[in-house]
Amino acid sequence: MADGALPILEMKGISKRFPGVQALSGVDLRLFAGEVHAIMGQNGAGKSTLIKVLTGVHPADTGHILLEGAEIRPTSPLDAQRLGISTVYQEVNLCTNLSVAENIFIGREGSHGFAIRWKEMRRKAAEQLAELNLHIDVTAPLSSYSIAVQQMVAIARSLSAKARILILDEPTSSLAEEEVRLLFSVIRRLKSHGMGILFITHFIDQTFEIADRITVLRNGERVGEFPTAALSRITLVTKMVGREIAEAGARRTQAAAAPGAAAQEAAPFLRAEGLGKKGSVHGVDLEVRPGEALGLGGLLGSGRTETARLLFGIDRPDEGALHVAGVETDLSRPLDAIQRGIGFCPEDRKLEGIVGELSLRENIILALQSKLGIFRNLSRRRQQEISDEYIAKLGIVVPDAEMPVAKLSGGNQQKALLARWMATDPRMLILDEPTRGIDVAAKAEIMGQVLDLCDRGMAVLFISSEMEEVLRYSDRVAVMRDRRKVAEMASGDADEHTVFQIIAGGQA
Amino acid sequence: MRNPAAPSLAAPASAAGGARRAPRRLDPRHLPLVVTIALFLLMFGAGSVAFDGFFSLQVFLNLFVDNAFLAITAIGMTFVIVSGGIDLSVGSVIALTTMVSAALVEQHGWSPAVVIPLVLCLGAVFGFTMGVVIQYFEIQAFIVTLAGMFLARGLCYLISINSITISDPFYTHVSMLRIPFLFDTSISFNVVIALVVLAAAVYLAHYTRFGRTVYAIGGSEQSALLMGLPVPRTKVLIYTLSGFCSALAGVVFTFYMLSGYGLHAGGMEMDAISATVIGGTLLTGGSGNVVGTMFGVLIYGTIQTLIMFQGELSSWWTKIVMGLLLLLFCLLQKAFERRSARA
Amino acid sequence: MNAGAGRPAEGGVAAAAQAMRAFTRRRIFWPLATLVLLLLFNLISNPHFFSITIRDGHLYGSLVDILNRAAPLMIISMGLTLVIATHGIDVSVGAVVAISAAVAATLIGGQLVISGGMQDVSRYPLPLVILAALAVAALCGMWNGLLVSYVGMQPIIATLILMVTGRGVAQLITSGQIITIYYSPFYFVGNGWVLGLPFSFFLVGAVLAAVLVLARRTALGLFIEAVGVNPVASRFAGVRARSITFWVYALCGFCAGIAGLIVSSNVKSADGNNAGLLFELDAILAVVLGGTSLAGGRFSVVGSLVGALVIQALTTTIYAAGVPPEVTLVVKALVVFAVSILQSDRVRNRLGALVGNEEVAR
Repeated sequence: MADGALPILEMKGISKRFPGVQALSGVDLRLFAGEVHAIMGQNGAGKSTLIKVLTGVHPADTGHILLEGAEIRPTSPLDAQRLGISTVYQEVNLCTNLSVAENIFIGREGSHGFAIRWKEMRRKAAEQLAELNLHIDVTAPLSSYSIAVQQMVAIARSLSAKARILILDEPTSSLAEEEVRLLFSVIRRLKSHGMGILFITHFIDQTFEIADRITVLRNGERVGEFPTAALSRITLVTKMVGREIAEAGARRTQAAAAPGAAAQEAAPFLRAEGLGKKGSVHGVDLEVRPGEALGLGGLLGSGRTETARLLFGIDRPDEGALHVAGVETDLSRPLDAIQRGIGFCPEDRKLEGIVGELSLRENIILALQSKLGIFRNLSRRRQQEISDEYIAKLGIVVPDAEMPVAKLSGGNQQKALLARWMATDPRMLILDEPTRGIDVAAKAEIMGQVLDLCDRGMAVLFISSEMEEVLRYSDRVAVMRDRRKVAEMASGDADEHTVFQIIAGGQA
Repeated sequence: MRNPAAPSLAAPASAAGGARRAPRRLDPRHLPLVVTIALFLLMFGAGSVAFDGFFSLQVFLNLFVDNAFLAITAIGMTFVIVSGGIDLSVGSVIALTTMVSAALVEQHGWSPAVVIPLVLCLGAVFGFTMGVVIQYFEIQAFIVTLAGMFLARGLCYLISINSITISDPFYTHVSMLRIPFLFDTSISFNVVIALVVLAAAVYLAHYTRFGRTVYAIGGSEQSALLMGLPVPRTKVLIYTLSGFCSALAGVVFTFYMLSGYGLHAGGMEMDAISATVIGGTLLTGGSGNVVGTMFGVLIYGTIQTLIMFQGELSSWWTKIVMGLLLLLFCLLQKAFERRSARA
Repeated sequence: MNAGAGRPAEGGVAAAAQAMRAFTRRRIFWPLATLVLLLLFNLISNPHFFSITIRDGHLYGSLVDILNRAAPLMIISMGLTLVIATHGIDVSVGAVVAISAAVAATLIGGQLVISGGMQDVSRYPLPLVILAALAVAALCGMWNGLLVSYVGMQPIIATLILMVTGRGVAQLITSGQIITIYYSPFYFVGNGWVLGLPFSFFLVGAVLAAVLVLARRTALGLFIEAVGVNPVASRFAGVRARSITFWVYALCGFCAGIAGLIVSSNVKSADGNNAGLLFELDAILAVVLGGTSLAGGRFSVVGSLVGALVIQALTTTIYAAGVPPEVTLVVKALVVFAVSILQSDRVRNRLGALVGNEEVAR
């Protein structure tokens, strides 16, 4: 790392707003040649938006990007590539049905011509990979190699395109230990050749191993830029998931001393014993009691959503047992869970939650109607009554209930989803990142409603990446790491420090 | 030192540095082709055992002679399906080609030297138009080519309801031309055309930028775009190529049938799709090759020949059997997909 | 369905204008307008077009004729509407018509026997024949449904298989012959009269009533639309997506079966090659004209009915104008092109921007 030298890349004052949410506010970033710079933050912190701005997917609202001192305004990923900024995505984004050699060379600038010169292509591909110390058969289809190798090929492609800046977007999520070793040795080699590398990850240990400096983002703002050597694990985790200014609003631990204690005695509504599924989670034991809010905390990739899917019948477990209301149950489809009184607000609102072109009214009554079946049709009037009731209760802002729900803001969509489940009068509600991408007021309203229901005897499983939120809104907190549950405690007994330690995985 | 933050892995992976693929017993890429060839040999063998006179070189060559037009059509279809699309208009374009040729040559006295290039251009333009609509308006290929299918048939009937016999000397000459082959056998000129098209297709698919882009699009259109490949242009070209192949197949069909008729090649799109899928091309795109398609066509021809030799079954059985084989291969592909998704 | 939001009316005229504008934004406006235009066009060239006469207690006239001829298409379009609403397609409807006709004809038998002055010999009792034909048609639909919902095949391929092999199957059933139906009670299906109106009217009415009840009086319509728009989110909300998709294809097959009975009754025969030929194009066109999008989601059964009438009126207009009937196929294909382009996102966004519309009227 060259001190005193100019950064090869500078992003200054980048802001980006999407309808309903400020994704980035005045973010700065500096990258020097020959350094590995990690960008860390939870989901919704703004990492991916920052990268999208850098690679030309979205234009920034304000701010400048300087590449070697000259301002650039990339208009598309291809444009960014041409400027020397290459990205290796988590899903690799190559054509796995083509051979390795083709994936390195095809489609690039300067490689025109009608016919393909296979021999030359193969030779050059082998050379390029050799630079990364990778010796494989370049004629084989990319799909016959592991993700780790595919990533190397993607890196080789960037190198052959003369990239000066390499962005690695969550590269280690699907890698085994030895593969991570290998990737890091490649990264170090590239570093020594003067490449500037942006490394986006949520794995703390890896950051400490490979990164020279770390920029932490939270809620669209830059918390700080730190040399890795000067930072401790705990401090990093704190900065990533740290403390929000305490707001007026629902606070679980405040309200619930007595009911919480009583709830401890009641039989659990939902009990998972050693629940697991291949490729998903293992040996998860959970209990959620009526009137109790169980928070599920952990970093990205720790298996929280996968657990929720098993509890709701979206996935079927390979191992373990699930008991609902004391009865051992096999949930083969979401409708089974719904009929037993469970509801689920998924993480990806757009894809898995709302039925965009249907109206707000229809979205709200959908789960209730599913529960009733085809023949017990809710009359139009009854539907309007129900949807009006929840629109008022949750404060959904719409001119009328016939509006297609896709046109609502994120916060209102989330409220609509919550209304859907409230209309089924559930005995348990699973919420996966319910407050992501939502403004503060809506957040408070939503969580207020949920906790109110909880007070009246509904069980809640609350998943969030914001540890502070998890602690604030839950009676008990379970922590997941590496697809297993590693700890559980009453939120009153936990302070953030302890939890962060558990998440960070080891002594500070 | 245990690294607690390292994720536990889903799929096993071979360590990368010095990685080798699994030792090559049978390159899994070639498995579909092997299955197809085996199926063909099985059927041809069954026929040879069941019927006298089946096992002869001429019978084998007749597979090519009688199905040259299907081969050309299916080769064009292969490119479309590999890219993840579909073209339902091929049979109708064949019919339209025969009709236009017959009308121009017989009723207007145009020379074949003008007519043949003209209908080839027409086929290409037809395909080009469909490709543009599919790409630019982002409408599903099946509906655009379905409409194209009916449009082409309609244009046929517009030219003439009845069939127009071709008696032009050039056509009759080519139709009756027999090129001597080994051991007193012979093939028609159509076979030569089909084989040339096959060779050209192999070159196009494996040695040109266009061909590789077709495969890339079938693998992942989004990745292909990100990799800088000329996706929109290629998609339009794919349908243009299919239209051209259909027109060429139509020319070959004209030599074969010596007439133009709106009912020609009815349902041929199904046969072309079947031959392509049985030949090992994945309906979802990204994988397949024209040599396999050729064998798919041979299988079609064998079924037809078996039925002919049998003498009693109606020729409708050919379509039914092909349909069932298509179904079988689709089910196999789905099962394979599920198995590899779980792995 | 999506009417525009109403504001309080300011006076009678304003209220009427408001209602008018709201009506134009309803999905059924354009197909209805097209139909009216076509009928008016016919009226101009033939002043007697709208006249209805009564002979032998039966109603006759061009309008009655159009409704009668359009009956098979109307019934098929209604079944197909639900399939398309789930973001699927069924191109095998024509083949199922042929199969249904073949089953009926074969079970009746092609024997001409005159006894007591009536041609009334059937190998099996008529109710059984009808039941069998409908059952086989429904089975074809279930076959499609099985492939699409449980095996997960693309609808176009799954139904394409039946489209091509189905005709072969129909041929097999009739042993390759065109079977003539001599059994006169069977003619009632296509040619009978009840209360002065053709019997086919009542069939259409019955199917319409049944489909409307299923779609609008039960939750099925809501579930179908949800599945068509977002099958994943629907499933997470408890909708039985696979089951619904399966039954929707079964129903479509059943409708094609009814149409097959009408057709074979009308032409008094079953022709494996030609029965129901090109019905699939007409049916798709009817659904699309009726305002249901090929991408699935919101659907309109009545719209498809009107669409079918438009197609029949178009055919009649073309005949009446002396234009060769071959033109109709070209015209229909071009209309499918035009409508799918108009329904495409790109065009809708462009148009929406022009009109400044918030709600895109589909």
